[in-house]
Amino acid sequence: MATLAAPARATAPASTQSGLWSWIATTDHKRIGTLYLWTALAFFLIGGLEAALIRTQLARPNMGFVSADTYNQLFTMHGTTMVFLAVMPLSAAFFNYLIPLQIGARDVAFPRLNAFSYWVYLLGGIFITLPILFQVAPDAGWFGYAPLTTNQFSSGPNIDFWVIGLQVLGVSSLAAAFNFITTIINLRAPGMTLMRMPMFTWMSFVVQFLLILAFPPITVALVFLLMDRFFGTTFYAIAQGADPLLWQHLFWVFGHPEVYILILPAFGLVSEVLPTFSKKPLFGYNVMVYSGIMIGFLGFGVWAHHMFAVGMGAVADSIFSLMTMLIAIPTGVKIFNWIATMWAGEVRFTVPMKFAIALIAMFTIGGISGVMHSSPPADLQQTDSYFVVAHFHYVLFGGSIMGIFAGIYHYYPKITGRFLDERLGNVHFWLNFIGMNLTFFPMHFSGLLGMPRRIYTYDAGQGWDLFNLLATYGTYLLVIATAVFVWNFVRSRTRGAIAGGDPWGAATLEWSIPSPPPEYNFAQIPTVTSRYPLWDLKDPSWHEGEDSHGDTGTPGPSPLREETETHTAKSLGIPMPYPTAKPAFTALGLVVMFSGLLFLRNDLFAVAMTVTLGGAAMLIGGLYAWLTSPLE
Amino acid sequence: MASHAIAGHDDGHAHTHHTTTGLDNRKIAIWAFIGSECMLFASLISTYLIYKGKSLVGPYPHTEYTDASGKVFPAILDIPVTSASTFVLLMSSLAMVLALQAVQLKGTPLPANAGWWTRAQRSSQLWLGMTALLGASFLGFQAYEFTAFVREGLTIKTNLFGSTFFTLTGFHGAHVTVGVLWLMSLLWIDRTRGLGPQDELVVDIAALYWHFVDVVWIVIFTLIYLIQ
Repeated sequence: MATLAAPARATAPASTQSGLWSWIATTDHKRIGTLYLWTALAFFLIGGLEAALIRTQLARPNMGFVSADTYNQLFTMHGTTMVFLAVMPLSAAFFNYLIPLQIGARDVAFPRLNAFSYWVYLLGGIFITLPILFQVAPDAGWFGYAPLTTNQFSSGPNIDFWVIGLQVLGVSSLAAAFNFITTIINLRAPGMTLMRMPMFTWMSFVVQFLLILAFPPITVALVFLLMDRFFGTTFYAIAQGADPLLWQHLFWVFGHPEVYILILPAFGLVSEVLPTFSKKPLFGYNVMVYSGIMIGFLGFGVWAHHMFAVGMGAVADSIFSLMTMLIAIPTGVKIFNWIATMWAGEVRFTVPMKFAIALIAMFTIGGISGVMHSSPPADLQQTDSYFVVAHFHYVLFGGSIMGIFAGIYHYYPKITGRFLDERLGNVHFWLNFIGMNLTFFPMHFSGLLGMPRRIYTYDAGQGWDLFNLLATYGTYLLVIATAVFVWNFVRSRTRGAIAGGDPWGAATLEWSIPSPPPEYNFAQIPTVTSRYPLWDLKDPSWHEGEDSHGDTGTPGPSPLREETETHTAKSLGIPMPYPTAKPAFTALGLVVMFSGLLFLRNDLFAVAMTVTLGGAAMLIGGLYAWLTSPLE
Repeated sequence: MASHAIAGHDDGHAHTHHTTTGLDNRKIAIWAFIGSECMLFASLISTYLIYKGKSLVGPYPHTEYTDASGKVFPAILDIPVTSASTFVLLMSSLAMVLALQAVQLKGTPLPANAGWWTRAQRSSQLWLGMTALLGASFLGFQAYEFTAFVREGLTIKTNLFGSTFFTLTGFHGAHVTVGVLWLMSLLWIDRTRGLGPQDELVVDIAALYWHFVDVVWIVIFTLIYLIQ
């Protein structure tokens, strides 16, 4: 029988390889997940810096800290960075790291495509971020409404970077989504039925479908904009009879599912954290799965609630209002189930648990102000005001970011083999929690008092001064909180307490292997007989008298084991994918190909063709070399 | 029970990648890809339909247009020619089916009295080549159509019809182009090392893509050309 004491030994290297090239050429889902994590955290800091500059400008009436033009670039890049370069890739870091471990697989279905996704993300992120250093960053808001973004109103290169950059980032998300759908459908360990999958994997599964169905509409909207800007088409040319709402519809058909793309992974993470630290199974597992799927479906039917103010008519407004109210039901179900999970549990208030509980509370506030917007008459008062800014920061910061921090504190020991410092973590949590509420709660008031969003300054005496000053102080608290987190994150990699394979007493497969996991993940692919295999292993009678939790009652074929030893893939005879830089090279080709378009702005047709065709040649050559070389 | 929650499981021969569904990963991925492509074409086609009849100037698809100077532009869509190209593309799908069948049948002995058709059915090179050729002919028709339209005064900049029409059919044409290149790569592999039943999946995935591109064209042909 297995010994359950965590082995008190120093962390073994996660991989036998090291050095820069090993990272460029890696196809290991865990290393790619780590790359996503570091890169997304870097972009999170950039986005946060932009937020701090925005709040400094708004601290007092008529401040001249930045110009109106710079301010436009700052709020556009803050939104674009946080949505596409920070929160989505932070979720992707967890998809990469956790999905194969949670379903008992050795890697994703297409390891090289996975590397490709990461490199496209990194290069696309750099492409869209660099222009801010030269004051030519995108400046039309993160949802880039056309015709505002057409040549007529935005003639500089700013929007070019945005259109091309987002198009490139879309390729990354789509490629990753095909990969994870295939992985979850096809690489589950024996016995890992769909209804035994950990909730994080389930929510990720829903998100991948949202990605593959929601990204094409924005791809098409961006193609139209790109063609309008570079080739003189008329998609958004109002003078030629174009519909000024075309962009808004195409964008929000993507944009609203995107909201769930941002929040569902965080829901999944806290659904792992809450049972672990309550020592109880997730309350209403089945209903949690169904409500996640329901949110995914309904998420495609609510997009026009972003457009109540454009005059769609009473029928359309009513339908979208109804759908929006409906989506609160599965979301509310989740909140009650999390609370019921903690009810009568042996709750341990660790840092990840605190972040998870904060998500429940803060997301509920954001969710309730969301339901307020679902009523068109109320929305007409609130739309484009700071009330909306308060709402979506409560769901995105109070929801997604809190959930992701819960995930980082929870899984850091698995990823690095060491704990994040609990004391610094507590400081981070409380500063973060207070700072968040101090920043965003006053915005409800300034919004209802009529302060429009996206203005670069305002006059005194409108009742907004105090609320803006408080929000700015709150943002500075968040800056300090984040600094504490970064210090903790970097320091704990070498100084943190040794964690061992299962430091939290969790229940799912990823905790049955050493921390950090060996490159092959599982020396033997496990056979799963219930939703909480590690709890079954420790105390076979733990859930007697409760429901079966997916337990079929059929014992596994051989004695249970918790893997505590680290071998090499070679000694175990497990074939591993070769390291290869071909996906990175192909990704570079893709970005070079798209960036050729930029030269058309200056009528450098020959240069544009050379760069585009050169990039296309790299793309095709890289792809060819990749497809004709063996995986392992 | 439940004490045997995580049992060691020997996944047998390490090199046979066992999958949960028994299907190859690539087969699942191509279906996910096709699902995503449906949304892409749905967005393009919706935009075309939303902008239908909204162009402020001609040429128009189904009706005559007279500009300020009195110049007359006839209805621009040439339905007989496009019907022919549609037929060509549909036949390419038939050839694709036969190509897959030929790959599957490779290696099974021919009956002694096999006629020319039975023999032809075994030639994967014939049918792969035929599919690629028919696809390329469709592209030829499209190139002819685009050139004719531009000559008659409709470019991608002219009006909403021009922008939506060229973008939608251009996207479809790009998909056909990728398909033709894909088929030619398969043909090349077939000529160099020969495709057999073990390669069925590879051909099957190309076929799924090809049939999808065909189905999209049926929708486009119906909505854009046939319905006035």
